[in-house]
Amino acid sequence: MREMVWKKRKNMDGNMKNKIRVNGMTGLGALYHKELADHLKSKRFLILLILIGSTSFASLYGALTALGNAEDSNYLFLKLYTTSGSSIPSFLSFIALLGPIIGLALGFDAINSERSSGTLNRLVSQPIYRDSIIIGKFLAGTAVIATIIYSMGAMLGAMGVLVTGLKPSGEEVWRVLIFLTFTVIYVAFWLAISILFSVVCRHAATSALASIALWIFFAIFMSLVASIIANAMYPINDEYSALVNSMDHYTLNLGINRLSPYYLYSEAVSTIMNPGVRSVNVVTVDQLVGAVSGYLSLGQSLLLVWPHLTGLAALLLVAFGGAYLGFMRQEVRAN
Amino acid sequence: MTEKSRNVIEIAHLTKQYGEKIAVNDLNLCIKRGEVFGLLGPNGAGKTTTILMLLGLTEPTAGSALIEGMDCTRNPLEVKSITGYLPDNVGFYSDMTGRQNLRFTGRMNGLSGKALEERIDGLLRRVGMEQAANRKAGTYSKGMRQRLGIADVLMKDPEIIIMDEPTLGIDPEGMRELLTLIRELAQEDGRTILISSHQLHQIQQVCDRVGIFVSGQLIASGTLSELEEQIRKDGSYLLELEVQPCDDRLLAMLRQQEGVRKISKEGNTFLIDAKTDLRASLTQFLGEYGYTVLHLHQRGGDLDEIYRRYFEKAGQSDERDGMEKKKKYGWKYEK
Repeated sequence: MREMVWKKRKNMDGNMKNKIRVNGMTGLGALYHKELADHLKSKRFLILLILIGSTSFASLYGALTALGNAEDSNYLFLKLYTTSGSSIPSFLSFIALLGPIIGLALGFDAINSERSSGTLNRLVSQPIYRDSIIIGKFLAGTAVIATIIYSMGAMLGAMGVLVTGLKPSGEEVWRVLIFLTFTVIYVAFWLAISILFSVVCRHAATSALASIALWIFFAIFMSLVASIIANAMYPINDEYSALVNSMDHYTLNLGINRLSPYYLYSEAVSTIMNPGVRSVNVVTVDQLVGAVSGYLSLGQSLLLVWPHLTGLAALLLVAFGGAYLGFMRQEVRAN
Repeated sequence: MTEKSRNVIEIAHLTKQYGEKIAVNDLNLCIKRGEVFGLLGPNGAGKTTTILMLLGLTEPTAGSALIEGMDCTRNPLEVKSITGYLPDNVGFYSDMTGRQNLRFTGRMNGLSGKALEERIDGLLRRVGMEQAANRKAGTYSKGMRQRLGIADVLMKDPEIIIMDEPTLGIDPEGMRELLTLIRELAQEDGRTILISSHQLHQIQQVCDRVGIFVSGQLIASGTLSELEEQIRKDGSYLLELEVQPCDDRLLAMLRQQEGVRKISKEGNTFLIDAKTDLRASLTQFLGEYGYTVLHLHQRGGDLDEIYRRYFEKAGQSDERDGMEKKKKYGWKYEK
C-alpha cells in the first residue's frame, strides 16, 4: 500500500514541472473577476447607482428648464451637461462634487477588510504575485467606475436628445466622451486614495473617515486656504496694493487651487464642455487686442487642458503608487 | 522507499530580526517526504514567522529555506503552487458560499471548467461539508470554517501542507476528525505536513517528529522517544503524589528527602521534582509515618512532560542570560 503511494508520488515528481503551471496573470484575472462580481452584486453599488442616477436626472431637469432662456444657441447639446437651473446644479458640478464618493465607497475597505476577515493570509499564500491583489482590486474598481460614469453620461445625453430633439454634432459627442474620460480618471484617483487609506489604516471605518475628510478638504476648504495664503503673500486691501498685487494674487490663488484635484478637474472639464472658454489663466487686456471672439476648436480646447490631464493622471499614479508600495512593504501578519 | 528519505523542506541558518528583537534565531531543520512534523512552542516563539518565511511572505534576515530544492524567498510562486497553507483563524469571504470560496481559490491556482468543479465536489465530500457548501461562509461555525480551510488548502493538490495552530478552538469531535484527516493526508496521499501548535496532546497523536521552539530557537527535535531519552539522561524525574492526610508537616519532610529539587502543589497532589527515582524510598518513608498513599505516578513519556522539561531548561539558561528574558519564559513554571 505504502509502496503504491510512493510510486504515485514519484510519478507526480516527474510531473512537477507541469504542476507548476501557474503564472501571475492567472491570479490577476481570477482576482479581477471576483472583485468585479463582488462590486456588481453589492448593495453599495446599488446605492451609488441610485445616488448618481437621481442627481443626473435632477440636473437634467434643471438644465432643461434653463435651456429655454439660453442666450447663445450654439453647442446646445453640451449645455445639457453644463447648465444649472431651478437652483439645481449642473451635471458637471454634481459629478465634480459627488464623483469622489463613488471612488471612496468602492475602495475604502479594499485591503483592511481582507486583513480583518483573515482572507488576506489565504490570498497571499496562493501562487499569485502579491501585487496582483492590489492591482486586481484597483482595476475592478476602475471598471465599475467607468461603467457608472459612461452609462450615466450616455443616458443623460440620450434623454436630453429625446426630450429636446437636439441633434448632437460629432464634435459635441467627442467633447462629452472626453469629459467622461476625464471624470473616470478623476474618480479613479479617489479610488486610489481610498485604497491607499485602506492599506494604511487598520479599520475600515478609519480609512473611510480619512478619505472623506480629504475629499471635503479638497472640495470645500482648499479654496479658502488658497485665498488666505494669497492674501497674506499679496494683499489687495487698498487701491494701491490692489493695483500692484492683483495679478500675482490671482495667479498664486489659482496655482494653489490647482493643487486640488477637485479644482483641476472642474477647470478642465468646464473648458472641454464649453468651447467659449479661451484661456484658463490670467489674460491681460493687452493680450486680447486684436483677438477675434469665437469658439475654440476641440483640438485647441484639449490643448488648453492637456496640463490638467497630465496633472490628474500624475496624481492618480502617485496615489496608487503609494498604495502599491505600502501594500508590498507591509508585513502580512499585521493584525 | 528512497523517495521517502529525501528532504522536502530544508531550512539552514534561518534568521529573522525585527529591529532589536530576534524572532527566529539560526534555525536548522529538515523535513522528509511524507512526514508529519510538529513545531511546538509557546505563543510568540517565532513559529508563524518561520512559516511565513517558508512561504516567501517574509524575507529572512539571514539563512535560507528550500522547499523541493526551490528557494522560498526567490521563487515564492513556484513554492506556493506546491505548498498549501492553512493560517490560524482562517477566514473566508462571508458573502460568498463555501463552494464559491473554493472556486475562487481553484481559479487562482489555474484550475477551470470541469476539473475545477470535480475537485470542489471531491474535497467537499472529503471534509464532510457537502451539506453546507451552498450556504454563505459567514454563517459557518469555527469548526466548519476549519474544515473548509482544509478543503481550500487541498484545492491546489499540494505536496506540502503547512498548518498554523489547526487545533485551536475546535470541539473534541471535530478535533478527532481533523487528526484523522491529517493522518490520512500524510499516510495515504504521501503529503508532507508541518503543524505548528502549542497544544501538545493533539500533536503527539499525529506527529512523526516534533521540534520544540522557544524564543526563536529550536532547542530540541526528534521523535517522541528520542526526546524522552534525552530528558532521562539529564536525570530528572517528576513524581505525582497524593496522600492522606495532606499537611504541612509532610511537605517539610519531603523537602528533606535526598535528591528532591523542587516541590509544588497542584490541588491535593504534590509534584516532586527529583534527581533520582524516589518511588521505592518514598513508599517506605510514607508508610513509616502513617500516611496513606492515594496516588503515586511517575510522570514522563508524554509530550506534555517533555515540553515542560525543555521549557524549564530553556528558562534556566535564560536566567543566566539576564532578568529580562527570565520574566518572559521562566515565569510559567516557577512557584
